[in-house]
Amino acid sequence: MKKINRRSFLKGGLAGGVAAAAAVGAAKNADAAGDFGGYPDSMGVLVDLTKCIGCRTCEAACNKEQSLPMPDKPFNDMSVHEEHRHGGLPRRTTEKAYTVVNKYEVEGREHPLFRKVQCNHCQEPACLTSCFVNAYTKTPEGAVIYDPKVCVGCRTCMIACPFYIPAYSFSSVINPVVKKCIMCYDTRLKFGRPPACVESCPQQVMTFGKRKDLVELAHRTIESRPEKYADHVYGENEVGGTSWMYLTSVDAPFEEIGFDVHIGKQPIINYVKEFLAIVPMVLTIWPALFTGFHLLATRKDAQKNEESAS
Amino acid sequence: MKTFVAQGLKPVDSLMKPGANSEWTLKEKLLLGLSPGDYMKQLVRNPFNWIFAIIYAIGVPVLLGRFYYGLGWATHGSYDYPWGLFLGWGLFCMVPLSASGFMLGTTVELFGRKDFKPIERLGLLNGLLGYLFAVMFLQVDLGQPWRLIYPMFVSLGPAAVLFLVAWHVATYLSVQVAELVPAASEMMGWKAPKKFVKSIVLGLTVAGVILSTLHQGALGALFTYAPGKVHPLWYNYSFQWFHFFCSSIFAGLSMLIVVSTLSKWFLKWRCDANFTKNLDRITLGLSKGASLALITYLIIKLTAIAHDNEWGLLFTGWGQWYIFEICFGVLLPLFLYTVAIRNQSARIARFAALIAVLGILLNRLNTALITFNWQLYQEIPHWREVVITITIYATYILVYRACLCRLPILFTWKGDAK
Repeated sequence: MKKINRRSFLKGGLAGGVAAAAAVGAAKNADAAGDFGGYPDSMGVLVDLTKCIGCRTCEAACNKEQSLPMPDKPFNDMSVHEEHRHGGLPRRTTEKAYTVVNKYEVEGREHPLFRKVQCNHCQEPACLTSCFVNAYTKTPEGAVIYDPKVCVGCRTCMIACPFYIPAYSFSSVINPVVKKCIMCYDTRLKFGRPPACVESCPQQVMTFGKRKDLVELAHRTIESRPEKYADHVYGENEVGGTSWMYLTSVDAPFEEIGFDVHIGKQPIINYVKEFLAIVPMVLTIWPALFTGFHLLATRKDAQKNEESAS
Repeated sequence: MKTFVAQGLKPVDSLMKPGANSEWTLKEKLLLGLSPGDYMKQLVRNPFNWIFAIIYAIGVPVLLGRFYYGLGWATHGSYDYPWGLFLGWGLFCMVPLSASGFMLGTTVELFGRKDFKPIERLGLLNGLLGYLFAVMFLQVDLGQPWRLIYPMFVSLGPAAVLFLVAWHVATYLSVQVAELVPAASEMMGWKAPKKFVKSIVLGLTVAGVILSTLHQGALGALFTYAPGKVHPLWYNYSFQWFHFFCSSIFAGLSMLIVVSTLSKWFLKWRCDANFTKNLDRITLGLSKGASLALITYLIIKLTAIAHDNEWGLLFTGWGQWYIFEICFGVLLPLFLYTVAIRNQSARIARFAALIAVLGILLNRLNTALITFNWQLYQEIPHWREVVITITIYATYILVYRACLCRLPILFTWKGDAK
């Protein structure tokens, strides 16, 4: 429904005037997006980080499913856990890897904790709302997918993503595009099957299901073992909620294993709305205001002209 | 050119050749009334052209390399810093410095301040070229530049701030071209286009104000998408657009003072008495406007800190960097402008303008690159990125100079078309 409204609204706007279409269209859709709390039956994944052993099977499964190029080090090489990129940061998603598993040594904990990183498939994705060619779609199944055919390559989505997920194939000259996890939408999710990484996991770290059921399951899990799990379902409310959610161990709080806990509960688009709200005001008030200024500023000339005419 | 003028050459400034009953041909107009040989001679004699030649010798191959080997070759190809110098400098710095177009249009055409007329066209040209080259920078930065029109006609994402920027910059570019049609008409001897633009100038100017308010603000609003990435002192979701809009006012006016000063120094032969005699008075007039915008900007910047209660952050390392930016980029030019206006000294005003321009560069680079990802790491742009940026900026200066030499911007065209 939303999409149809946007299109038909824009058509009308284009007829009315180019600038007006741009601006009023922007404001109107932002409002609509504000009421959008996610599709009711969308799917999600609950990741229990306490179970992950960092075996990288999911990385291999993702690589195969998405036909990505083979990495320099094979997937059974655990030395990647000690790798650090620029700024001493652990590995991140790249154009060649849509998911990575990183190791975190947490003080006061005997064993390291592993964290799987991939697109969290936000309920109100920042990448989607920031894209000026509408390349992103949040499907009713919950995946945030991307249309490489319309992407111009402005990379605003990479600026907007609070999780630093979208990567860009900078190496391509003719057809550079955004590369990110699409929750195996084309090959699996569309047909009701879980993503390849979920299915491949030997530890059953990830649970695939309806997001609303997973939220319940997460809270039940915490309640049943409060001495084991931290009382926080990461992704339940973060930036308006995400399809992928996480549980962590009570002695390894999220902020110590690389999660941004200051990210806020509002969808990113909410921070942009104050600007979008002024757009129609400027468009409607400015013409009258400035023409008025013009009449005021030139009133003496006008009077003179009238006098000389009479 | 100086030498030729000293030898008694009169640069083209009318349709008819002086003393003869024939018109200048287009070729003669483009060659500034020189013979091709003489034209080459003055090109070679000008030391600036040698600097440009060196820049091009290094820069053009690198620029071509960006399109042959891809962005990953020309930049770090960073996923964490998707925007580098091309946008940080080319879009976020060039656009505010080009706000002079709508400022001067408003002052002269809307507010009826005809006393600023001698510099109006320079303001408009500064605007047009700044925007044009911002688009050039964008074309170098986009992954698929041939899809530039996609947001207009192929796939529309009207809820995005960048959608607004794209449409507004495109429309505003056409408005600015239209506003400069009179200058081109005079030179080419056309009558109808000039008359037509004159009849719609009020509409054009109002459109210019609307579009400028919104896209200058929108450039700031682009960063509201990244609440956790831009340092909180440079981020404020309520005021971000106003910070960018308000600072573009003094940025545009100060850039105009800087450009007019450079024209006065290096293109003296091209400036007529109407321009040179009025310039000091106009510079002080622009200074008044700029200082008003500066004080407004200062207050709204402090309001933003108070609004988010970020006073504590001022005592951190980033806070000191912020205080430096405010002191150097806002307080110092504000003080200098005030001194200039009190003492009626255009010289001090010109210095103040230079500082204000540097201050705005610092602010935009701080927001887009330096404080961006403040919790991650700093990234120094790749050398090829720097070279390409310098090359495109050099082209901007060259085109600017070529326009100033030929179009009636710094001088008044003698005699209209019949």
